[in-house]
Amino acid sequence: MSDLFSDVFLGALFFGAVTAAIPLLLAGLGEQMSEKAGVLNIGIEGMMIAGAYAGFLGAYYSESLWLGFATGAFGGIVVASIMVLLCVRFGLNQIVIGIGLTLGFEGLTALLHHFQFSRTYPRLPAADVTVVPYLSDIPILGPALFKHHLVVYLAVLLVFVLAFVYRRMQLGLNLQAAGDKPAALDVAGVDVVRTRAFAVFTTGALAGLGGAYLANIGAGIFVPFITNGAGFLGIVLAMLARGRPFWVLCGALLFGVCLSLTTALQVAGINIPTDVIQMIPFLAVMAMLIMFGRKSSLPAALGIPYERGAR
Amino acid sequence: MVPPSASNQAEQPAIISLEGVTKRFPGVIANDSVNLEIRPGEVHVLLGENGAGKSTLIGMLSGLQQPDAGRILIDGKPTPILSPRHALSLGIGTVFQHAMLVPGLTVAENLLLGEPWWRLPKKEALREKVTALADSLGVRIDLDAVASQLSLGEQQFVEILRALLRDSRVLILDESTSMLTPSGVEELGALMRRLVERGLAIVFITHKLREAAAFGDRISVLKLGRKVSEISPERFRSVGEDELIGEIVEAMFGKQHDDPDAANRSPNIFPVETPAILSVDNLTLAPSATTPGLAGISFELRPGELLGIAGIDGNGQKQLAEVLSGQEKASGGRILLENRPIERLSVGERRDLGLRYLTDDRLGEGTVGTFAVSVNFLLKQIDHPPFWKKGIEQSGLIERHAVQLMSEYDVRAPGSQTPVGRLSGGNIQKVLLARELAGGAKVVIFNKPTYGLDLANTLAIRQRILDIAAEGKGVLLISTDLEELLGICDRIAVMDAGKLTGIVDNSPTARTDVGRLMIGLAA
Repeated sequence: MSDLFSDVFLGALFFGAVTAAIPLLLAGLGEQMSEKAGVLNIGIEGMMIAGAYAGFLGAYYSESLWLGFATGAFGGIVVASIMVLLCVRFGLNQIVIGIGLTLGFEGLTALLHHFQFSRTYPRLPAADVTVVPYLSDIPILGPALFKHHLVVYLAVLLVFVLAFVYRRMQLGLNLQAAGDKPAALDVAGVDVVRTRAFAVFTTGALAGLGGAYLANIGAGIFVPFITNGAGFLGIVLAMLARGRPFWVLCGALLFGVCLSLTTALQVAGINIPTDVIQMIPFLAVMAMLIMFGRKSSLPAALGIPYERGAR
Repeated sequence: MVPPSASNQAEQPAIISLEGVTKRFPGVIANDSVNLEIRPGEVHVLLGENGAGKSTLIGMLSGLQQPDAGRILIDGKPTPILSPRHALSLGIGTVFQHAMLVPGLTVAENLLLGEPWWRLPKKEALREKVTALADSLGVRIDLDAVASQLSLGEQQFVEILRALLRDSRVLILDESTSMLTPSGVEELGALMRRLVERGLAIVFITHKLREAAAFGDRISVLKLGRKVSEISPERFRSVGEDELIGEIVEAMFGKQHDDPDAANRSPNIFPVETPAILSVDNLTLAPSATTPGLAGISFELRPGELLGIAGIDGNGQKQLAEVLSGQEKASGGRILLENRPIERLSVGERRDLGLRYLTDDRLGEGTVGTFAVSVNFLLKQIDHPPFWKKGIEQSGLIERHAVQLMSEYDVRAPGSQTPVGRLSGGNIQKVLLARELAGGAKVVIFNKPTYGLDLANTLAIRQRILDIAAEGKGVLLISTDLEELLGICDRIAVMDAGKLTGIVDNSPTARTDVGRLMIGLAA
């Protein structure tokens, strides 16, 4: 067993955990904002895959990872705009549209990828890492946590920013009101449709960014269906976190460890069937839902389209 | 002898004027060319029963709805009120009937809603302003309390504060007293008086006469969407409260000369010894959080008799109907249908014995909106022969049955396969009628059968009710429209807070007797 918990194994495990956690973190934070504002965003998986593909194309052709992140976020926003139009503006069923967006964009990106690259999967060059001085010298954890692409630190910073927005800013109040009692927000003179649209666009941008990170840095390539349920894990995280960004971070790291474990255990050559190892993250989801899912209190108006003066 | 303050007030120009404002909803005219002036320094009471169109009027003033005809003038200029935000910017603050606070936010956060989104909430500045304002009004409020933990009176005060913080010139209070305790009502009344002294205009909507007389300066009475009376401040001051109340009762419940739907049926008097077809003895139902329950209801209904149940909406009428029909279980008492106790029987068994109930919730519990008219006719007989045989639908038979009923009851629909939800209210009511009267009805309970219908359908339904009684069936007619009850009933019972406060014969004095019972005065 000493092999299993060697420094190299643990280092790889935690490094992989952070890499796997970032897309989940971004998706979870995005979903959290939509849900806070009363929009159940099942389409987030579609926004992620669109972001992954657009992000990959951006980085592939411009040879700049940053431009790749920008196109990735834009790809997510494009999908989000469909959701805004149909669900927020016209009040259609959020679940039906969300599922449609997810399935539609999974298929569309796979198709486009096939037309463009046929059966080849071009690889992006490895990402530059930003080494945090001093902290990265900590044994094992240092290199695992503090030798990542800059966007990783920005994503963690975003947790603090969003916590500030929700707790301290007028915008946070508006978002919560849009989810809890949209009519009250409306009579207070704030446009509910705009508030919710803002939330869904932000979700699209964050999910797209998460998808781009997944493809460009996590994998270095784009393959169809690469997100593999990361958006849905984001929905689980948002529901468990009950409106608190820090809980999304904790949850994302926990799932990240589980996902990383599947790779690390295979690399370490443990004699367990791969199928069993790959079940770990999903067993973790179920365990977390059983433990905390019952307590999750969702906004009162979640999933209900707002119509002014409806009687 | 006009008091000086009155002459001053008369010179104050109106802040808001409504000119011929009309609002229609499918099948209903909620407001019919209403003219109204709202002046500073005045509590303008809008008085009327449920369905009189008060809330729709408020919806238009607060920017939630737009009038279909007529115009709204602000400071003398025609100004359409486009949205709630626009209403606020015009200085119109509204406290809605159902609290409009976000339950999970604190009082302070609720008051801050509506500031530009990029700002940091200015909690300290708010605290100072609120403290100053609350002190001057003699009220205390905890800004850090979570809204959902406040009492309804406190929530209302927070909403009033919100309107004041935004420099509203007009404060609209929509049924604000309906959820308050008596002392809460007194406090709100005192607060209203203090606010109008500061030059604010208040629009106070209520259906309680006492409050209108106690807190108002000017009273407009709405009835079925029309303004039927206005009592000016001068008149208000010059007559005593009793006379004032008499005048309002007359306006609210009085017979109107232009009322074309006044039926003229001479009521039947039934000898006491006539055996009752339905007798209800000491029926009780525990009150719930939102309903008053039933407290010892007793009455007898004779064959061919039309007994009306009058009362302001929400005083237990629906509970009475549901307990009688079996949809709700009584906590005590007896119900005898032709001397047979039925209080333990199920809805279906009571129906089979001839007790029929036409709900006021026509599209909710009465029909399935997406089902065809033909199936809705048989909603309570699904899977029964002859229309269903061994679980198989006999569509030809169902169709013939539907076509026959549609012509018999004059249901106007594109066809028997049209989903019932697409019909007008009057035609849905006819579908319900046709269904409930089919096959051996003995006692029929109507709950607000003409509510929200246009005149032609109202008259048709009333005629149908009269015909049912003439056939020797017992009819219980629950209605909030006193005119309707006076027009067709033999006797009228009044319900108030779950009790029958009296039963009067439909004699020439019934109008005032029932009117007085309805507003809580002895007949």
